Amino acid sequence: MKIGGYLCTGCGIGDRLDTKSLETVAVREGRIGFCKTHDFLCSQAGVDMINADLAAEGDDKVTKLVIMACSRRAKTEAFNFGAVPTARVNLREGVIWIRPEGSEHEETTQEMAADYIRMGCAEVKAMHQADASGEQGKNNHIMIVGGGVTGMTAALEASKAGYYASIIEKSDRLGGVMGQLHKRHPLRSPYQHPQDTGVAAMIAAVEADDKITVYLNSKVASTSGAPGRFNVTIASSVGAGTQAEFGAIVQATGFTPYDANNLPEFSYGKSANVVTQLELEAMAQAAGDGAIKRADGKEVKNVVFVQCAGQRSEKEGHLSWCSGHCCSTSVKQAMYFKDSNPEIETTILFDDLRTPGAGGENFYRSAQDKMVTFRKGKVSTVEAAGSDLKVNFKDLILNEDTHMEADLVVLATGMMPNAGVNIDAPKDDAANGEVKVPVESILNLQYRQGPDVPQLVNGFADSHFICFPYETRRTGIYTAGPVRRPMDGGQAQTDAMGAVMKAIQAIENSAIGRAAHPRSGDLSFPSFRKEGCTQCKRCTVECPFGAINEDEKGYPQYNEARCRRCGTCMGACPVQVISFKNYSIETVGAQLKAVEVPDEYSEKPRILVLACENDAYPALDMAAMKRNESSAFIRVIPVRCLGSTNTIWIKDALGSGYDGVVMMGCKKGVDYQCHFVKGSEMAHVRMAKIGDTLSTMNLESERVAVHEVAITDIDRAPKLLDEMVEVINRVGMSPFKF
Amino acid sequence: MAKEYSYYPGCSSQKGASSSNLEKSVETLCEELDIKLNPIPDWNCCGASIGYAGGGELPRMTLSARNIALSEKHHPDQDIVATCAACWLNTREVNERLLHNPKLKEETNIALQAVKLEFSGKKKVRHMVEVLIEDVGYDALAAKVKKPLEGLKIAGYVGCQTNRPFGIDGESFENPMYLDKMVETLGGEALTKYEKKVACCSGALMFSEPEKGQALVKDIIESAYDNGANMIVTPCPLCQANVEIYQDDINARYKTNFNMPVMYYSQLMDVAFGRNAKDAALDGNIIQSMELRKIADK
Amino acid sequence: MSTAVNQAMVEKYKGNFLKEVTENVEEGNWVKMCMQCGVCSGSCPLGPHWDHPPQEIFMMIRANKREEVLSSTSMWMCTSCYNCIARCPRGLPITHIMHGLAHYSKRIGLKPKNQPTEKFGQMFWDNLTKKGRVNELKLGLGLYFKDGFAEGVKVAMSKQKLGMNMMKAKRMSPMEMLGGHGVSDLAGFHAMLKKAEELEAARVGENTDKK
Repeated sequence: MKIGGYLCTGCGIGDRLDTKSLETVAVREGRIGFCKTHDFLCSQAGVDMINADLAAEGDDKVTKLVIMACSRRAKTEAFNFGAVPTARVNLREGVIWIRPEGSEHEETTQEMAADYIRMGCAEVKAMHQADASGEQGKNNHIMIVGGGVTGMTAALEASKAGYYASIIEKSDRLGGVMGQLHKRHPLRSPYQHPQDTGVAAMIAAVEADDKITVYLNSKVASTSGAPGRFNVTIASSVGAGTQAEFGAIVQATGFTPYDANNLPEFSYGKSANVVTQLELEAMAQAAGDGAIKRADGKEVKNVVFVQCAGQRSEKEGHLSWCSGHCCSTSVKQAMYFKDSNPEIETTILFDDLRTPGAGGENFYRSAQDKMVTFRKGKVSTVEAAGSDLKVNFKDLILNEDTHMEADLVVLATGMMPNAGVNIDAPKDDAANGEVKVPVESILNLQYRQGPDVPQLVNGFADSHFICFPYETRRTGIYTAGPVRRPMDGGQAQTDAMGAVMKAIQAIENSAIGRAAHPRSGDLSFPSFRKEGCTQCKRCTVECPFGAINEDEKGYPQYNEARCRRCGTCMGACPVQVISFKNYSIETVGAQLKAVEVPDEYSEKPRILVLACENDAYPALDMAAMKRNESSAFIRVIPVRCLGSTNTIWIKDALGSGYDGVVMMGCKKGVDYQCHFVKGSEMAHVRMAKIGDTLSTMNLESERVAVHEVAITDIDRAPKLLDEMVEVINRVGMSPFKF
Repeated sequence: MAKEYSYYPGCSSQKGASSSNLEKSVETLCEELDIKLNPIPDWNCCGASIGYAGGGELPRMTLSARNIALSEKHHPDQDIVATCAACWLNTREVNERLLHNPKLKEETNIALQAVKLEFSGKKKVRHMVEVLIEDVGYDALAAKVKKPLEGLKIAGYVGCQTNRPFGIDGESFENPMYLDKMVETLGGEALTKYEKKVACCSGALMFSEPEKGQALVKDIIESAYDNGANMIVTPCPLCQANVEIYQDDINARYKTNFNMPVMYYSQLMDVAFGRNAKDAALDGNIIQSMELRKIADK
Repeated sequence: MSTAVNQAMVEKYKGNFLKEVTENVEEGNWVKMCMQCGVCSGSCPLGPHWDHPPQEIFMMIRANKREEVLSSTSMWMCTSCYNCIARCPRGLPITHIMHGLAHYSKRIGLKPKNQPTEKFGQMFWDNLTKKGRVNELKLGLGLYFKDGFAEGVKVAMSKQKLGMNMMKAKRMSPMEMLGGHGVSDLAGFHAMLKKAEELEAARVGENTDKK
């Protein structure tokens, strides 16, 4: 093993720092093979110099690298040396850009640079080259659960891309809810008129496609394995079950319409002339393009649509959320009437009219143009007087209670996701008197953490609404359509394309043992020292992705194809036996121990900063680009996720004389920004308990701070570090300096 | 050779009318810039902003259509230019509405048969400030400056109709800059933070609803004072009149002490181009700007 | 006459005021396109003085509040500043619609009583159509005397200084009392307007005829 050090003197590093002495620090204290300087290390000449050393023979061959230049986030292409363990020492963004010039600052700035070099040298020694485990398999077949437009679109897209798909549909037909519609919202410009649903053609295409297999009347009885090697039992309600292997899964299980019987105030159930949107679709289908007739055979002449019926409401038994499609659906349904006879009165009573999607606004305008009346009003009750109806509402523009007559009322009720079992639900729900209909599992995952994908809020499957919408918290399983958030059919089809792309990525990555999102391409995976493991199951419980099962003795089984490589298990382990080849308790522990801690009377405190590499570390980098000044006493170590922070690091730091520790992770909670969903939250939970450790050490609790930092906190992040400096000024230096 | 335009002066610009000083100062300006304005023969009133009470859509359309048709007949190759905001707006609006609505155009032309005219809609209808910005240009205007308006702090009051709905020089409705740019071009200091730049002076409602109108004008003047203005400048004759001539009434009503000169851009240009007070029609203002007069008399 | 038109309209549209507006009011076909954001109401310089700002007017039309809309003083508060037009996200020509509604209310005889802008507007129209050009002096004097002779003398006295100022500045001329400016082809001008008025009356007539 030979470690090569390369010190760049470009970008002002050479002007601001005494690089000669830094070279000495690298070689003498860092104890690496050599340290070469270059005035433009990321240039071709600089990179060639490094590559030549890597390619050398015998004793000259370099096997590990310490690049002492800019942030690990900069020049990633130039400094990409494949699997060669590489430490990046951040002298530019981490030191010279955040420190003011001037002789009074030179000493502390130089100390900072020297420490970072010691840290990089220590880190690289603890790193090993990561290789795929060999556990991986390749399977080009995608299981698609749900045979509505979402599922069918996913299957057709998979087939077009050259992959195989199996649709598992619980009913006896394909088409889902869209198959029950008369027409759908327009998908193409000028977005003015309802159009054919296209479901029949889509079913025909699915049936004609020899890469697609359809299982009707079927459910998933069991799913085990991991991406690339899912093992599934398909149960049929009409015949024998099937056993099949899949590479990835798309869950397109859609929604269940809200039960309008919960809305007696709107006379639903009392009058046959109060119907839901879905029921109106059946009436329209029956009418073809002719006059829509009520149950009593009378032609509808005056129809009122009640938006947000039983939804966007905090009332008991109502849905609190907006179902996204219902305004556009009422717009469409009003057109069913207007297009057949412009004289029919159609009124849409809305609170906030929202028509999301590319053509939504045009479609709304088109309805206005067709003389559909839109009134901003909140409906209180619908009274059934004989066969006619009286709709009582408050006009929100004219601020008056009023009413209108109707011969048909259509309720825009909401959608409830079919996401399966809520695996995070408190177990004692039944105990507090609530009788709940038992929810059937969709996937029946044979995972230690539960049978379905985790949910976020309101029963929708968890996925990040902007950054990674299709990623569930089970690698290789992707949700699409209303199961993950309320949406209309067009959006669900777009979703299907996205989810199937992710499924294909998962298949290809798992085939070569690479991580999928967000550490795409990472070959490292967690392993544990069995003799040290106490079978405490912390790692299994805390893994945000349900990757870890347990064997019969209670030891963890990592299933690395399910793993996202965040290191939350490593952070959770109380006996520190879990590690990755290139990221471990040791790689970080060695760094923090490599820092030189000046004595108590030096007035030079040391603050350890553990910063998430996804948001906090880039925020600090960008603060540096803006030349936002930071304290010279901080020593920053990037971590994969704050969830990977093991409390041993905090203890070690405080025990070796650091005066404070600042941890920076992503936003947690239902509006999380954590790339590993739960990592940041886990870190916060663990650190809430660090107080005991501090008090046994007789240290002030303020010496450890945990912050949520977003990538945009460019000005705030350095201020948080300044706050810790102030804390130390107040409570004094650590007594643990030796 | 002089640039020629088909000129629509409008009622208020006539001799002895409320914006005759605008007319005079524009005349001087045109001499300076070698612009020839050819009045549309026998033009009529555009209907202004208040004509709708008595006049329906079509009668009002025919008013401006007659003027455009006269211009098409007598000045076929010249753009129509107006100096009054309402005249410009009405004429341009009718031009565009007739082009967009074939039925309205057809009916208008039936009415125009009574005066043996026809509207074809081939004319471009422009405001005088567009001529200055687009055809002359800020640089050429700057080159003409002989007596820069040094030391004058000027609140550019664009108002409504020389701004909305058509806009000048593609500028924003909320913060058009052309008047400020003109002031800077003439060597004055433009008060670009003047909050009431595009506020309404109440237009014709100053006559029918004086209390409501004066409340609006009070704010327009007050904001100019707050910004340290020596004077307000405007391109619009009704704005000029409304903001200038009721200051006594406003002072009485609100116990204020307003005495704020309200000038036309054309008057400032005349002075800056070296013309005397008479040519710039400074006597046409009820409230005089001594600072401006001093520069004119230099 | 106007009452008869009104009756005919009521009869024809039977409570569908939106349709009546769409078919009879200048730019009225835009009313249905309002999306009720309220930017117009918030942008109006005289907003606080409208009984019902434009957003409400549009909703009242949909709610069939026919009499309430047409007899309202609201539309007469429009200063023609075009702020609502410039800002309307749906591009409604709100200024024109307000003018159109005001004019329509007059045409069918539902205009509010003693509305000063309505009176002044009519005076202005009469003034300009008489000679083809506005006679500012007569218009001003007419304005002073719109509420009767005694009130007029009072107002005129109070405006004496203003008038003197204007005359001094040569922006008002007593000569205007004698003839004043005007178009020379007055006969043609009048014939043109007469024809336009006939055509316009015929439009509304058509709408009242075909039942």
